[in-house]
Amino acid sequence: MSPEVKPDSLLNAEGLRFDGRRIDELRPVQMEVGVLKTADGSASIRQGKTYILAAVYGPRELHPRHLTLNDRAFLRVVYRMATFSVPDRKRPAPSRREREISMVIANALQPVLFLEQYPKAVIDVFIQVIQADGGTRCAAINAASLALADAGIPMRSLVPSVAVGKAEGTLIVDLGDEEDKYGEGDVPLAILPGTNELTLLQQDGSFTREELMEAMQMGINACKYLHELQKDALKRSYSKKAPEGEDDDDEMDDYDDDLETDLGEADIMEDE
Amino acid sequence: MAVYFQKREVVVPGQLLAEGRYRASFGTYDDGDRIYSALVGLAELRGNTVKVVALEGVYIPREGDLVLGTITIVTGNNWKVDIGGPYLASLHANNALRRPYDDDISRYMDIGDVIAAEVIAFDRVTGPFLGMKGRGLRRLDSGMILEISPAKIPRVIGRRGSMINMIQDILRIQTMVGQNGRIWIRASNIEVMRLAIKAFKMIEAQAHTSRLTDRVKTMLEEEMANIHGEEMSEDMFEEPTDIEDSKESEDIAEPAELVEDEDTAEGEEPVKPEKSPKTEAVDEIKDDSPEDATEEETESEETETETKEEVSE
Repeated sequence: MSPEVKPDSLLNAEGLRFDGRRIDELRPVQMEVGVLKTADGSASIRQGKTYILAAVYGPRELHPRHLTLNDRAFLRVVYRMATFSVPDRKRPAPSRREREISMVIANALQPVLFLEQYPKAVIDVFIQVIQADGGTRCAAINAASLALADAGIPMRSLVPSVAVGKAEGTLIVDLGDEEDKYGEGDVPLAILPGTNELTLLQQDGSFTREELMEAMQMGINACKYLHELQKDALKRSYSKKAPEGEDDDDEMDDYDDDLETDLGEADIMEDE
Repeated sequence: MAVYFQKREVVVPGQLLAEGRYRASFGTYDDGDRIYSALVGLAELRGNTVKVVALEGVYIPREGDLVLGTITIVTGNNWKVDIGGPYLASLHANNALRRPYDDDISRYMDIGDVIAAEVIAFDRVTGPFLGMKGRGLRRLDSGMILEISPAKIPRVIGRRGSMINMIQDILRIQTMVGQNGRIWIRASNIEVMRLAIKAFKMIEAQAHTSRLTDRVKTMLEEEMANIHGEEMSEDMFEEPTDIEDSKESEDIAEPAELVEDEDTAEGEEPVKPEKSPKTEAVDEIKDDSPEDATEEETESEETETETKEEVSE
C-alpha cells in the first residue's frame, strides 16, 4: 500500500494546486493508438498516474442472441479495474460502480456511432484500468473513442472527456485522486467537439448554478485541447506505419487508380 | 465551396472535409452543406464526390462480392458459411448444385470445407445469401487460405488486377482473392508459398503508401532469385534444405486447413505449376453439378479471369 496522506491544502497561496498545476491545467496526457495486436482497435491513455487500456472488437456476431437489436448494433462496454489499480486491493468481482461506469461510458459514446449500419451485430468495448489516479471514467472515454476509430467503425467524431471539480471554493480542471477525495465536488463531462453538445454530464458534491455553468465552460475548453491530442495520436499511429515517408506527386498515378476501383464499390454502397 | 483536405491526407472522424455542393460518399457523412469524415482513412475527392478510403474495418457483404468461406453448419438444404465479419452467410443447395441432387447435401460439401462463392443478396434484414453458380466458384481442395484485413483487399488486387497479376506472374502461383479479406493461394512449393504470404502481408502493412506495386515487385524478384540460387547450390552439394525465413510461417492464419499436396513439401522441382491430380473429391460433385467442379486443366486460366472480373466491377 502506498502511504497516502491528505495534503494540507489543495490550493496554495499563489493559486497553484498541491501538485503544482494551475487551476485550468490538465495533467500530462499521453495517448497511443493500436497498442494491442489481437484487438480490432485499441488505444491506451496515461493521464497523470492514471493508465487505461481500451480494446474494441467488432462489429461481430452477438452472443447471447437475446440481446440482439434488429435495427442497430448493440454497443457493449465493459469497464473493469485491475485488482492492483488502487492502493487497497480491489476485489475482482464486478462491482456496482464498474457496471454503472460501463453504462455511463456506453451512453457517452453511443451518440457518435452509426450503429444502424450494423443491425444485429455487437461492438464490444473493453476498458481495463491498470492504474487508477482519479478521472478514470473520463480517461476511459478518451481511450475508447480512439480505439473505436482505430477499429474502423464509422463515427461522427471523437469524444473528448474531462472532469472539473471544486477545491476550497475554486473550480479546478482534471482532478487527481487526492482532489477527487478531499475536494468538494466533481463534474465529469464529455462533449462532441463539433457542436459542443454534451454526451456525459454527472455531478457529485454541490455546486451553485453559476459554478456549474462555469465548470462546464472550463470542461469544454479542456475537452477541445484533449480533442487535438486525440486527433494527433490517431494520425501519428498511421504515419508511423508508412515506411518511406511521403512520395512525390509524380509517383502517385498508380495509387490513384487503385482508389478508382474503390470508388466503384462506394457507389454500390450508396444505392442500398 | 471549399475543400479542407490535401489529396490522400490521413483524416480522422469528425474532421471537416468539404463545404458547399459536394456529395458525401463512403466513409463520410454530411450535415447540411458540410461533409465530415466518419473514419480514419485517406480522404479523396473525385468530381464533386468526397470519400474516405478506410484503413481498417470488418467485412460487410455486398452483392456481387467474391468471398471465401468455411462451412460451419449443414442443414436440410442449406449450408451456413462463415465469411468473416458479423454475419453468417447461407448457401442454399439450389444455388450451388444442379438438380436433381441427393437429399443428404453433406455428401457434396460438409462442415469444414472451404468454398469460393458469390454474394447474391444482402439486405441487412436477412443475412447474406451466397451462390456458387458462377465460373470458378467451387470447393477449394488444395492450397491454403491467408487472412488479411478486408479493407486492404482493393490494394491487393490493384488497378484492374495489376498487383495480383504481377504476383501471380512472378511467383507462378494460383490465387483467388475474396472481398472478405481471405486469399486462397496454391503454390508449387513451400518457399514460393512463403514468399507469396510475405508479399500479401507486405501489402497489408503498407496499404496506405504509394508505389507499392513496384516495391512488392522488387522484393519478389530478389527473393525469387535467392530461391533459385539456393536450389542450384543444393543440387551441387546435395544437402538438406535449410529454410531461412521460417518466421513468416507464423503469420499464416489457417495453416493446415487446405494444404494437402504431399508433393509440394519438398522443394526439388521449383516453379513448375504442376497440376496434381486432386480430383477424387471433386468428381463426386461433378457428377451432379459439372458447373461447380472445375476441371483441373482450365483452372489456372479461370483463376485469372476471376480476379479480373472482380476488379472490373
